[in-house]
Order: sequence, then structure tokens, then C-alpha cells
Amino acid sequence: MTAQETAPVSAGRGEPLVVLSGVQKHFGQLHALKDIDLTVTRGEVVVVIGPSGSGKSTLCRTINRLETIDEGTITLDGQPLPAEGKELAALRAEVGMVFQSFNLFAHKTILENVTLGPIKVRGMKKEAAEKKARELLERVGVGHQAEKYPAQLSGGQQQRVAIARALAMEPKVMLFDEPTSALDPEMIKEVLDVMVDLAEQGMTMIVVTHEMGFARTAADRVVFMADGAIVEENTPEEFFTNPSSDRAKDFLGKILKH
Amino acid sequence: MDAVFNNMDLFWSGFLRSLGICLWGMVGSLILGTFIAACRVSPIPSLRWFGTSWVTLVRNCPLTVVLFFMAFGLPEIGINQSYYVFGVSALVIYTSAFVCEAIRSGINSVSAGQAEAARSIGLTFSQSLTQVVMPQAFRSIVPPLGSVIIAMFKNSAVVGAFGVGGDLWSVYKNLTSAQGYDGLPVITGVAVGYLCITLPAAAFLAYTERKVAIAR
Ligand SMILES: Nc1ncnc2c1ncn2[C@@H]1O[C@H](COP(=O)(O)OP(=O)(O)OP(=O)(O)O)[C@@H](O)[C@H]1O
Ligand SMILES: [Mg+2]
Repeated sequence: MTAQETAPVSAGRGEPLVVLSGVQKHFGQLHALKDIDLTVTRGEVVVVIGPSGSGKSTLCRTINRLETIDEGTITLDGQPLPAEGKELAALRAEVGMVFQSFNLFAHKTILENVTLGPIKVRGMKKEAAEKKARELLERVGVGHQAEKYPAQLSGGQQQRVAIARALAMEPKVMLFDEPTSALDPEMIKEVLDVMVDLAEQGMTMIVVTHEMGFARTAADRVVFMADGAIVEENTPEEFFTNPSSDRAKDFLGKILKH
Repeated sequence: MDAVFNNMDLFWSGFLRSLGICLWGMVGSLILGTFIAACRVSPIPSLRWFGTSWVTLVRNCPLTVVLFFMAFGLPEIGINQSYYVFGVSALVIYTSAFVCEAIRSGINSVSAGQAEAARSIGLTFSQSLTQVVMPQAFRSIVPPLGSVIIAMFKNSAVVGAFGVGGDLWSVYKNLTSAQGYDGLPVITGVAVGYLCITLPAAAFLAYTERKVAIAR
């Protein structure tokens, strides 16, 4: 992609795009999100990090309303998230999501996986959707696999297809929930490379990951969560070399050991 | 076997009547069962509640109770229909609960991540169901659904025995009680009539199972 093509994405850089304020979420007795305030601006790449069970996935999932919230507000581009129905579906089309377990549609080919949304949600013509899908698949490096089924691809290839599937909707923001955690080490890099490219092209991204290399190269900000709350926010450099909270020091000590 | 051969026309019309009950029962229970299943997996709590109550209530009532409820209960509150309509309706209502459960267990066999991915690209609830979940659930739905439908064909005899009139079962009652034929040959003829419905159905089911198992 050239700089011109990405211009619309990076236009208005710095304006608030995703705004969470006072968000509370319970699962029964468990207080999963505690008074979360978070503003992600257009073009920003935010890495969310924290121990298991700290609410990172839940945070991601509330942003496209796969999880409902008990209190507080979440807005996308100034609009509050709709509660349900067609408006909610329309909102989700604006928010790309990449899952840890890829979740490609098992009964559809790679090409169909990528064209389904544009055809059914955006009302695109099949030919136009396929042309665009092939370009996207080419861009994430799986262009020659278009006619195969997901089960015939490696994990790394599947995850890159999942990224292409989300990009096909031309989302305003992309959410990644531990996109490389289910991958063998040699496949992690190929997925991270695609994500770094995307970040460089100005995509707004919220990424749950423990890949410090990615955070250092691509992230503008690291958000550290523990027990459902945001404990610390900083630039990647500051956060990794000089964490201020004890929770973050303790956590980094653990992940740096291995 | 004179009882059968001398009354071929009676058997034939009885067979057609029974076949009709089966087919209406099948069409009705598939439509109603699919609707109830959609309620049970719906994001709207009141619809889920309705679906669950329906299944719990209907599945745990004997078919004869559903039949009597329709035929004797409904007229008391001013709803009058022929026994045929009541009979088929009872069969449809009773079977819909089992159809629903066959469909729902098939839907549950598809991982939740598939539906989440479908919703996350902006598909609506019904699009996720028809484009992503159902095509994958289909394979696990066909075998139990087939058994439910064949069981329903057999249950249609209960509806006949209950007095719909003109079906295979009433042929038996007519020939034995009213015309005094021996029971054994007549009931053999009735059995053959039912087998003519259920055996092709079972063969069709086996064929479909093989078909969906191959088709990815
Ligand atoms: N659907 C649910 N029902 C009940 N509890 C849930 C549900 N989803 C998550 N939780 C709980 O909420 C808490 C936060 O979960 P979450 O998945 O957001 O953590 P996480 O930070 O993503 O952890 P991990 O690193 O293990 O993925 C956990 O204690 C989890 O058990
Ligand atoms: Mg998680």
C-alpha cells in the first residue's frame, strides 16, 4: 500500500476514536472491569498487557459489544454503542476483531471468508468483493491459498486470513485479542509483521499481547491491567524499562524471566 | 388375506389419509420446531424463556394428553375445528419440541467462536445463523432430526386411533369391528401401509446422512 491509499485512515489523527468512561462489568460476583477510563485516538496503537484473568479480553469484547457493560459509556467516533439489532450489527462492521483462535468460517473457502462480510453487510457485488479480497490476501501473504479451506492452512496463515477478513470491512479500529498466543514460535513473526505494517499505515489498533517486541516497535502506548483495573499507562519504552507500580514490576519480572 | 385384497380401495384411501397426516405433521413440526429453536438461541431473553418453556412443557407431556387437550380442551374455550385439524396440530406441537432440540444440539455443536466471528464482521443475528452456524450445524442435525421425523410418522397412528377418521387405523377398526373380519390379516395390512411410509423415509434419511457427511 502507498501513502496515498492510507491517507483517509490517518486523516484526523489524534482525535478521540474509541472512548470508554467509567465502564463497569460484572460476571456474577466477579468484578471483571473496574471503572475503566480509556481514550484511544485515531491512528493510535495501544497495547494492553496484564496477568491472566485481569480482564484484557473482556475489555476488548466490550468495545464491539460481544460483552455488555453494567455501567459507564463506550463511544466509537462520538457515537455511543447501540444496544442491539441492525444498529449494533452496523457498529460491529466498523470494528474489526481478530481472535486468539482465528475463528475462520470452517465451511467456507479462504476467499469466501473474506468476501462474506463485504457482500452480506456492505452489499458489495461478488466480483468487486472478490477482487478486493484477493488484494487483501495478497497483502497478508496468503494470496495463493484463496481456494482452500481454513483447516488446510497453518495457524499463522489462518490468522493472517482472519486479519484480511477484518480489514475487508474497512474498519475504523482493529481489536486483537492475543492474536499470536495460539501459534508456534516460527509463525508468530509472520503475523506480527502484518500487524506492524498495519500500524505503520495508520490503522487504529487495540492489541492484547505479551509480545514485547511488537509493543516496542509498533505501540504508541502500553496499558497495564490487573484485577479488572487499569493500573498503569505509559510509552512502551518507559513501561518496560521503568514501570512505576509494584503490580507491573512484579508482572514484568515474571514474563522477562522466560 | 381376503380381508386385505377385497378392500384394497379402502386400504389405499386409508394409506393416503395417513400419509397426509404424516406430511402435514412433518412440514408443520419442521417449521414450528425451527422457530422454537431460533427462540432458544436468540439474544432476546423473553424469546429464550418462551422457547425453553415450550420445550419443557410439550416434551414432558404424553402425546395423548396434548391430543385430548386440543380436542376436548379447546372447544370449551370456543375454538372448534375438525378432529383432523386438531389431530395434526397436536402432532405438530408435540413433535416441534423434539425438532427444536435436534436443531439446538446441532447449533451447540458449532463452536461459539464461529458465531462471534460472524457477529464481529457485522452480520445480524439471523445472518450469522443462516450463513455461518446452520450450514455447519446441518451435519449434526440430520441424523437426530431424521429419527424424530420417523418417530412422528409412527405417532401419527396415535392421532388416527384417536378418531381422525379415514386413515389406516380407522380402516382396521372399520374392517374388524364393523365388518367382522379377522384381526390378524387386517392389522398386517395396516402394518404394511405404515412400513410403506417409514421405510422409504428411513432410506431417504440414510441417503441424506451420507450426502451431508461428504459435502464439506
Ligand atoms: N463469560 C464469562 N463468564 C464468567 N466469567 C468470565 C467470563 N468471561 C471472563 N470471565 C472472568 O472474567 C475475568 C477476566 O477474564 P478475561 O478473559 O477478560 O481475562 P484476560 O485478561 O483476557 O485473561 P487471559 O490472559 O487468560 O486471556 C476472569 O476471571 C474470567 O474468569
Ligand atoms: Mg484473554
